[in-house]
Amino acid sequence: MTDQPRVHDPNASGLMLGPDVNLDVPAGGGQMVDRAVPADSGVQYEYGLEIEARSQWGYARKRFFRHRLAVASVVVLAIIFGCGIFANYIAPYSYKEIPYITIAGTSVIDTSQILAHPSRQHLFGTDSAGRDTFSRTLYGIRTSARVGIFVGLLSTLIGTIIGGLAGFYGGWSDNLLMRMTDLFLTLPLLAVLLTASKFLDSSTPTTLAILIACLIWTSIARIVRGVFLSLREKEYVEAARAAGAGDLRIMLRHMIPNSVGPIVVAATLTIGTAIALEATLSFLGFGIRPPTPALGALLDEGQEAGLDKWWLVTYPGLLIVLIILCINFIGDGLRDALDPTQRRVRA
Amino acid sequence: MPEPVLSIRDLVVEFSTEDGVVQAVDGISYDLYPGETLGIVGESGSGKSVSTMSLLGLIPQPPGKVVRGEAFYKGTDLLKISKKELRHIRGNEIALIFQDPMTSLNPVLKIGAQIGEAIRTHHPDEKDDRIKERGIELLRTVGVPNPDRRYEQYPHEFSGGMRQRAMIAMSIANSPSVLIADEPTTALDVTIQAQILQVLKKAQDETHAATILITHDLGLIAELADRVVVMYAGKIVELGEVHTIFESPRHPYTVGLMESLPKLNADDDWLRPIPGQPPSLISRPPGCPFHPRCFLSQGRIRCREEEPPLRPIGGSSHLTACHFAEELEGHTGPLVEPVGAGV
Repeated sequence: MTDQPRVHDPNASGLMLGPDVNLDVPAGGGQMVDRAVPADSGVQYEYGLEIEARSQWGYARKRFFRHRLAVASVVVLAIIFGCGIFANYIAPYSYKEIPYITIAGTSVIDTSQILAHPSRQHLFGTDSAGRDTFSRTLYGIRTSARVGIFVGLLSTLIGTIIGGLAGFYGGWSDNLLMRMTDLFLTLPLLAVLLTASKFLDSSTPTTLAILIACLIWTSIARIVRGVFLSLREKEYVEAARAAGAGDLRIMLRHMIPNSVGPIVVAATLTIGTAIALEATLSFLGFGIRPPTPALGALLDEGQEAGLDKWWLVTYPGLLIVLIILCINFIGDGLRDALDPTQRRVRA
Repeated sequence: MPEPVLSIRDLVVEFSTEDGVVQAVDGISYDLYPGETLGIVGESGSGKSVSTMSLLGLIPQPPGKVVRGEAFYKGTDLLKISKKELRHIRGNEIALIFQDPMTSLNPVLKIGAQIGEAIRTHHPDEKDDRIKERGIELLRTVGVPNPDRRYEQYPHEFSGGMRQRAMIAMSIANSPSVLIADEPTTALDVTIQAQILQVLKKAQDETHAATILITHDLGLIAELADRVVVMYAGKIVELGEVHTIFESPRHPYTVGLMESLPKLNADDDWLRPIPGQPPSLISRPPGCPFHPRCFLSQGRIRCREEEPPLRPIGGSSHLTACHFAEELEGHTGPLVEPVGAGV
């Protein structure tokens, strides 16, 4: 790496290395030579042209935006989650609104509204109680998104703490924490969840999220441990230690920022897993209980009504698939973007 | 003689490996006086880095272990105090400059943040703008152009030489009394090395810190050091003023080191390396550790059986660990040979 001062020499013929060119240069400069920049250097070589030095995050952003599927997924997911979050503004009906009509002075359920086909009035049809499936689906998205994001945050926190301590201290603490992690990994996930939710009051999204998070932090712990193990040997960590920094400061200031990439990728994928798990649990009737709608619970109600009532299962089902697909694509995109070994920007 | 700022006595550091226990540092003692530069030379694995790192608790433990010894810094034994007290000394009273500036800076933190952190670690109550002011001033001291702008940049925007300057700025941030530079120029271009030496000298002048310069580069020692410690196989084999060592080395290993240097003023076709390999520190040879490679020993029994103690020779400030050091009388080092001597 040379120490090239940032010169702006309009007369020099523009020999330029590096990807980003500011094109408003005086005429005459401009022959571009495309040469690989050393993989580990973010240095911009410049000669004759101004180059905007890009930070690591700049590179990551650039790479992420080149991953079209991931970008599209972000848009789709934003729309879906947005609909969920603003369900109370968007939904035409409340999720528990049962249509009543008054016949001869008594109010009875409007049977004509029960299990209605999709129509302009009820976009996704109605269920066996006559409730609007479209509204219920929107509220279901809200529940699922809440569970997913909460699980993502909580399991990342647990996983980072456990994996971080294991990787940082090594030795017996590493052994203890990782064997504990292995133990959690060997647990049959569904069986434990079903049993636990039977004993705990898991009918609210929060308790369900805590339950799921307590079981699926393991993958994050393993990833963080691996990253910390390698970071521990870095010279800048030793340099920080030589400067008198304590363990906590080294972990928070030097190691966590350097492992943000893998952590973010793992956390994203965890959200997908959590939503799928929540849907499974609710479908089996152990998760979120009616009348609170969740996507899995909607599927369950739908299959009880009979498969000829296709609109009851199709829309929530499709949404589950779509959400998880989007999250996984975003995870892939983030992985490509944040992996430091892929410094090169794809043309 | 003034009081030494750092005084090491009979330091023994061991590493346990799969093949056995390695004595990386085997009973070394030396003093560091205020304001002086002490050079430590030796081959790879001679224990020169370990001897200083172990003082600051920076060797991995396990496998490393300080078996015995004392290291008095201003009256406190660094090897006896708690981790917390040691942390207070590290980077504050005793600072380190690392070998490779490319990897010693955290890539995700701005240079300014890292210098600021060096200050804040030991002065937690300092105000942010004061720290920034001091950081920029430090960058200016070590000769980083545009320190205001550079302060806000990331390490990848710095060249190797500039990074090493930033590292030096970090190490002198708290005006330490002792500065330990562990091969500060090894990872740099030759052209940059000279500049970094200037910066190092300036940093020393600025802080009046006593400096320990660890290197295998005799040129660097000649340039910067006042006194020299020559280490071989975890032991000090020779210790003295830099002029004495270069003019009249009194240990065959030192002589060998100097003869293995290329000379500009002689037209030898070949360099004269020291024959053989440094001994394995697990099964060190009995007697003098250097005897299998020594041109002076010539198979004498005393060399093989009796370990030579470090003893004064000539003046009292010149010590050597060789039974037959007197036989080197009249031997002059290559760096002071008159021009044209070998022609």
